[in-house]
Amino acid sequence: MSKITFDAVNVGDLLPPLTLPPINRTTLALFAGASGDHNAVHIDIDYVRRAGMPDVFAHGMLSMAYLGRLLTQWVDQRQLRQFGVRFVGITHLGHQVTCTGKVVEKFEADGEKRVKLEVQTTNQYGEPRIVGDAVIAF
Amino acid sequence: MIDKQHIGKKLPVFKVTTDAWRLRFFAKAIGETNPIYFDEAAARDAGHPTLPLPLTFLFSLEFEQPNTSWRDELGMNVARILHGEQSFTYHRMAYAGDVLQFESHIADIYEKKGGALTFIVRETRVTDHRGESIADLRSVIVQR
Repeated sequence: MSKITFDAVNVGDLLPPLTLPPINRTTLALFAGASGDHNAVHIDIDYVRRAGMPDVFAHGMLSMAYLGRLLTQWVDQRQLRQFGVRFVGITHLGHQVTCTGKVVEKFEADGEKRVKLEVQTTNQYGEPRIVGDAVIAF
Repeated sequence: MIDKQHIGKKLPVFKVTTDAWRLRFFAKAIGETNPIYFDEAAARDAGHPTLPLPLTFLFSLEFEQPNTSWRDELGMNVARILHGEQSFTYHRMAYAGDVLQFESHIADIYEKKGGALTFIVRETRVTDHRGESIADLRSVIVQR
């Protein structure tokens, strides 16, 4: 990983985006097992239909994990200080998630030079599904 | 509707250790391409003692809570919950093999849309075997 310096980062800079393959049922089965979130709303269509919903849908934390990949393909994980998101819409089967990030602030805190990023995922229709921010130290 | 008397409720404290195979499984499930998350040699070359827990993995470890009766005690219906918000504040890295302790409490309960939606805020402090802070987690769960 090429090392990015604080001085080389400017407010408004965009992170290299990350686009994932469309979500399918295998994606959700694997993520259920690996993440430990076994809630049937993500894996069992019979269960969700009995609960009055048309189909299973993606774990919010799958998209947050994709955003985590966006961050750690840009900087080393040891530089992360904060990472938070709001889940604003459901990611459904067939959705293709794209993760994007933008530098919105440069500042100093706790004796460190830091940058704040706004991050989000969108589906293939450009609809935001999760929005959040991250703080990175340099 | 969930009773606000549960604000401040402490959930049972528990300890958990992550095996390297589980981190490799998680890396596969999210399509991870950075080898430090699934190849121990690559992790060591990058200055890590072994495979690191990726940014969101501590949330997964919260599912290892051996006693989930608190959800029933609050009256939550898992078929009707959504994840509203999630945040992490990081203090130090955690790795495969680390013994991590999770201490959670219900920090807040509030309603929106005239009681149609109830928001349950859970805060968790994660520490290592020396009692050093690893991270603080905040989850907002929405009961529909």
